Amino acid sequence: MNLQKARNVLGNYVFVIPAALLFFTFSLYPFFKVFQLSITNWDGISPNMNYIGLANFKDLFFDNPTFWLSMKNAFYVTFLALAIQNLLALFLALICDRDIRGGNVYRVIFYLPPVLSGIVVGLIWNWIYDGNYGLLNHFLSFIGLGDLSRAWLSDSKTALICVAIIHMWKGFGWGFVILLAGLQSIPRDLYEAARVDGANSWVVFKNITAPLMIPVFVLVSILTILGTMQIFDIIIATTGGGPGYHTEVPITRIVSTMIGSSKFGYACAMGVTFGLILLAISMVQIRVSKAMRQV
Amino acid sequence: MPIFIAAFALAGCGSKNVADPNTVTVWHWMSDRDEAFLELARRFEAETQIKVRFELYAPSEAYAQRVKASAQTNTLPDVYGVLGEKRDFASFINSGYVADLTQALNAADAAGSVWKDGVFEKALSVNEFLPENEYSVKPGIYGVPIDVTTIQMVYNKSNYAKAGLDPEKPPVTWDEFVAHTRVLKEKGIPRMVSGFGEIWMIEALATNFAMNAMGEEKVFDTFRGKVPYTDPDWVRVLGLFKQMADEGMLVEGTVTMVNKTAEQTFANERATYAFNGSWGINVYKGMNPELKYGAMLPPSLVTSRPMKIWGGAGSSFVVNAKSPNAENAMKFLRWLTGPEAQAYLSKETVNLPSSKTALKDVPPVLAEFADDMQNATHPNVYPVHESPVVTEAFNKGIQSILIGEKTPEQIAQEVQRIKEKESKKK
Repeated sequence: MNLQKARNVLGNYVFVIPAALLFFTFSLYPFFKVFQLSITNWDGISPNMNYIGLANFKDLFFDNPTFWLSMKNAFYVTFLALAIQNLLALFLALICDRDIRGGNVYRVIFYLPPVLSGIVVGLIWNWIYDGNYGLLNHFLSFIGLGDLSRAWLSDSKTALICVAIIHMWKGFGWGFVILLAGLQSIPRDLYEAARVDGANSWVVFKNITAPLMIPVFVLVSILTILGTMQIFDIIIATTGGGPGYHTEVPITRIVSTMIGSSKFGYACAMGVTFGLILLAISMVQIRVSKAMRQV
Repeated sequence: MPIFIAAFALAGCGSKNVADPNTVTVWHWMSDRDEAFLELARRFEAETQIKVRFELYAPSEAYAQRVKASAQTNTLPDVYGVLGEKRDFASFINSGYVADLTQALNAADAAGSVWKDGVFEKALSVNEFLPENEYSVKPGIYGVPIDVTTIQMVYNKSNYAKAGLDPEKPPVTWDEFVAHTRVLKEKGIPRMVSGFGEIWMIEALATNFAMNAMGEEKVFDTFRGKVPYTDPDWVRVLGLFKQMADEGMLVEGTVTMVNKTAEQTFANERATYAFNGSWGINVYKGMNPELKYGAMLPPSLVTSRPMKIWGGAGSSFVVNAKSPNAENAMKFLRWLTGPEAQAYLSKETVNLPSSKTALKDVPPVLAEFADDMQNATHPNVYPVHESPVVTEAFNKGIQSILIGEKTPEQIAQEVQRIKEKESKKK
């Protein structure tokens, strides 16, 4: 009997081993390796790595204003994405949740930008924002606002917000799909009961839709924060982080440190710090959402 | 489970570079030259019965990462290229990933010709480490160039004619350049473009001006920390970019433009000047075969010193020091840098050949670039190099000047502050 039990247990483990091996190899090992590399001055090439303790972190925290500026830029884009992109996604999801004509067509259209490559999207918007032959300047001239024309991506006042707009345009489709799925999971009889009681649309939204959608809002917010803070491809395709440091974000800093300066260890320290900050934000957000649900 | 085991086994096979003693494997990143390489591999095999397998991994950033990752796992191919700066190359050599080619380059073949003698010295010097170099690399030559590149300026002759300027007389001095751009501006003709969004292009142009304005030694002394960036000569160099912004010399958006877009802009005649590399000739030919343009050096500030430009080896190949096919790999590289293969490569890809004898067959515009080779120096052969952190601050600072956010004096002070901080870290 014991032998049989042992066989069963062993059999279970055998089935788990492939997944566990893949997980250890491709997730856990790289994860811990980044921590290990972050305390070295490895250049990414040499087989030798010298341990330098927390020197990379010390420099990053106290002597690298550019990294923190890039963090500020990423927070700015994230704030805009949370506020505008998600509101737009919710608004469109609410419309498509109703039985409107051609609803499926709208769903496909709204979901198109997220499936496009960030580089392609960046190049298309480059053309829109172009200072000489751009569509935006053309449009502004057409409506009599030609004075506002400029090279949008090369102007320090507009570069970051222009990049944020591209990111929001590309990203709102994700939120739209998730929010729409959330809206459609709310039982319809709740709405019918509220209508029978005389509730108007705002009251229905406030007392039924919003409370039941909190888990979905949290999910969308977390995905928005994580996705936006890691914005990279659009910036590479549009501004390269410039002009100056106006559109630098943490990932561009990490890449330029890793490849441009061959400071692999330092770049890993940046990655670890950035990852921990994202983790902390996500934890806070989950706690807040739990508190909101209790209210 | 069997699927899993099979997947792992296959993955293992895929990642290991299987050594075939009669096949030389070459990894490259040059998608525009892939077909020409394949044809050359066919020709080489027909001549020598040694098979060469070219494997393309593009874009160059992905290629560079692949090479670094393969170095860690000892799966580098027989022949590959090290992309990056001299310190990366040095690190590859010091780590034992690159074979020393000095002996092979100095050896004479059956006909008595020495490999090294057929290759442009300036191009070869990029792959050379001199005694007592700053990276402690054993002196020697570690790579061979397969083409030559110069980074300078091109100008649109049709736009010159439209503006009433002599299409055969591009500006030589900075003052002439300013005067010509003013004429172009008056006629409403767009002026200069470059891929300043890729900040190394800014560095290339600024270094040209600096070398001309203050001489090489003073620039190197700045890198050594003996001359501050607040020196009037450096402020003057930075001031040129302010003048570019103030005079509206640059096409709108140049400051964040990637070089590909800048090349398109010039090819479509939406700019009269472009600061670009000789590789651009191929792009211009592809986009606008009717484009009438000529090559020129960046305008000089002082005529008593030459206008030094970046140039030398374009793309180089190295031999894996651990390759069992090292001998065949060297044989192939010698053939690839020989006159016939170089003439074919130059004709097919419109790049300057690294072989001296193949140069006589290049197209006219390419020949203009070749004429300026005497003024070219590859930054990799500088005796001293600036810290990448300082270089980035300098280049980004110029972007700030170009958008009118900061003055040359402010940027000079900021860069000097970073320079001092970096020096203390050393």
